[in-house]
Amino acid sequence: MKIAVLTKQVPDLVEGLEIDASGKALDQDSLRYIISEADDHALEQALLIRERTGASVDVFALDMGEARDGLTTALAKGAERVTLIAAGLEAAPGSHALAELFAGVLRPQNFDLIVTGVRAIDDLDGSLGGLLAGLLELPYVGLIRKVETGPGGETVIVQKEFPGGFITELEVKLPAVLGIQSAEQPPRYVPVSRLRQVMKTAKIGEQAVEAPEAQPIAVERLFKPEEGAGAAMLEGTPEELAQQIAGLLAERHLLK
Amino acid sequence: MTNDVMVIGEHFRGALNQITLELLGKARELAGQLGGKVEVVLLGHGVEPLAAELGAADRLIIADHPLLEHFVPEAYEAVIAQRIKQAGPRLVLLGSTSVGLDLIGPLSVRVALPCFDNCTSLQVREGRVVGISQLYGGKIFAEYAVPETTALVAVVPGSFPAEPGKAAGVPEVLRLAAPPAPRTTFRKLIEPPPGDVDVSKVPLLVAVGRGIQNADNIPLAEELAETLGGAVCASRPVIDQGWLPLTRQVGKSGVTVKPKLYLALGISGAPEHVEGMKQSELIIAVNTDAKAPIFGLAHYGAVADAVEIMPLLTEQIRAASG
Repeated sequence: MKIAVLTKQVPDLVEGLEIDASGKALDQDSLRYIISEADDHALEQALLIRERTGASVDVFALDMGEARDGLTTALAKGAERVTLIAAGLEAAPGSHALAELFAGVLRPQNFDLIVTGVRAIDDLDGSLGGLLAGLLELPYVGLIRKVETGPGGETVIVQKEFPGGFITELEVKLPAVLGIQSAEQPPRYVPVSRLRQVMKTAKIGEQAVEAPEAQPIAVERLFKPEEGAGAAMLEGTPEELAQQIAGLLAERHLLK
Repeated sequence: MTNDVMVIGEHFRGALNQITLELLGKARELAGQLGGKVEVVLLGHGVEPLAAELGAADRLIIADHPLLEHFVPEAYEAVIAQRIKQAGPRLVLLGSTSVGLDLIGPLSVRVALPCFDNCTSLQVREGRVVGISQLYGGKIFAEYAVPETTALVAVVPGSFPAEPGKAAGVPEVLRLAAPPAPRTTFRKLIEPPPGDVDVSKVPLLVAVGRGIQNADNIPLAEELAETLGGAVCASRPVIDQGWLPLTRQVGKSGVTVKPKLYLALGISGAPEHVEGMKQSELIIAVNTDAKAPIFGLAHYGAVADAVEIMPLLTEQIRAASG
């Protein structure tokens, strides 16, 4: 089985996000990029399938932010091949554009299973997986928490999440696209020593592609929610804060 | 194209999902302003009885077939695509849910429609439909004009009140043909494991998120919850790490709670989490990030390290409870 894992870089929310002078985009200089969290789970799920079945795992990333580091980490985790997709883009394209780029790259390669994160924090015009499946005319299922291969390797059996902790099990004929919410286990950790070792020999493939035709959504303005708009902020040392919180609970008769 | 607003209905075990009523109420308002009608598309098997609760719609489009009994994305998408092409509505409203999220992408490509996800506000302003979506974990909102063609909009549950969508009476009913056999088949429904605490029934909740740093700090939260006489629940990252069982997850894929107290510790307030707890009576949040979206929602907030606050608060509560 040939598995493709599609990843993208998104702003790290640990850093403060700033809106640029146009008021319509994030200030690129304020951003630090990391791999989208759900994509990291998609990679983990692919590696788990590989360990169980001997499938091959190819990882792709759009050349943006720290994509090269992300691909090096994927190699260190055990991916066979990694490829950087260079489209000459300055800022993140929308999901339609991203799907168009990946569809072009994947169409000639005959992957059996394409996995990606079910959604990313910057998805406005839908998410990559469903759009890509539409373009490739493949079945799509998202919000997946477990993937097993079916009899004869012609299908995958997936678990899809619903509210209230309910899960449905679906069997999907391959080739197919899956949107992973979380892998069966937390994404594996790569020790820094291993990463350094891999960096010396890492072969990162590069593929140049035409810029996508699909245009991003014309956002008219970005804005931040008012800071602490709802909350009355408590001040003080940790001890004082604990005391104030206990006081609030006592006032409302929430203490035994 | 018409000025109609189409709602993709969702139901589970013979009952309409709340999101459908929320969308229906909003559709009623928008259709009134646009001068169109409201139609609900309901797919399933044996869904006819639900028609009696959909009086807020002008038309009900039913596709009833064994292949549609459970949600199979491909089968649902084929039927909905057919109806959108036939009816040409101005807007198609879906939930940004386990159902809607699987449909929006394939539909957008198949019917060549623009789509918008994570929507929390939709209004008609000077004849334009203006939407707002939450991005970047709720830290940024984006405002846009929904183009004047048929457009798909996936709405975050809890964004609109359900009340305006509730009306008895059966709308005009139209039926759609069965879908072609999909490449995806339903195998089974797995219920949440029994035996654990049902956090939706616990009035005092201590909720922990990524900010509690590691599994070793879970006992601090448990001790606090025990002292309070409540229970511990969590946001997705904590569950994904395996620090607490799936039954304790609050949010989109987890449980929706409305406790008397929601003590959010080290929880940033990502939209997927907020969806499951925003109706709590009292929300007190502790987080190191002063810009965390949870403070926009909480009644009281403190910028502090939850790990440090937990034992101190346990001590304070013990003292106060005597």
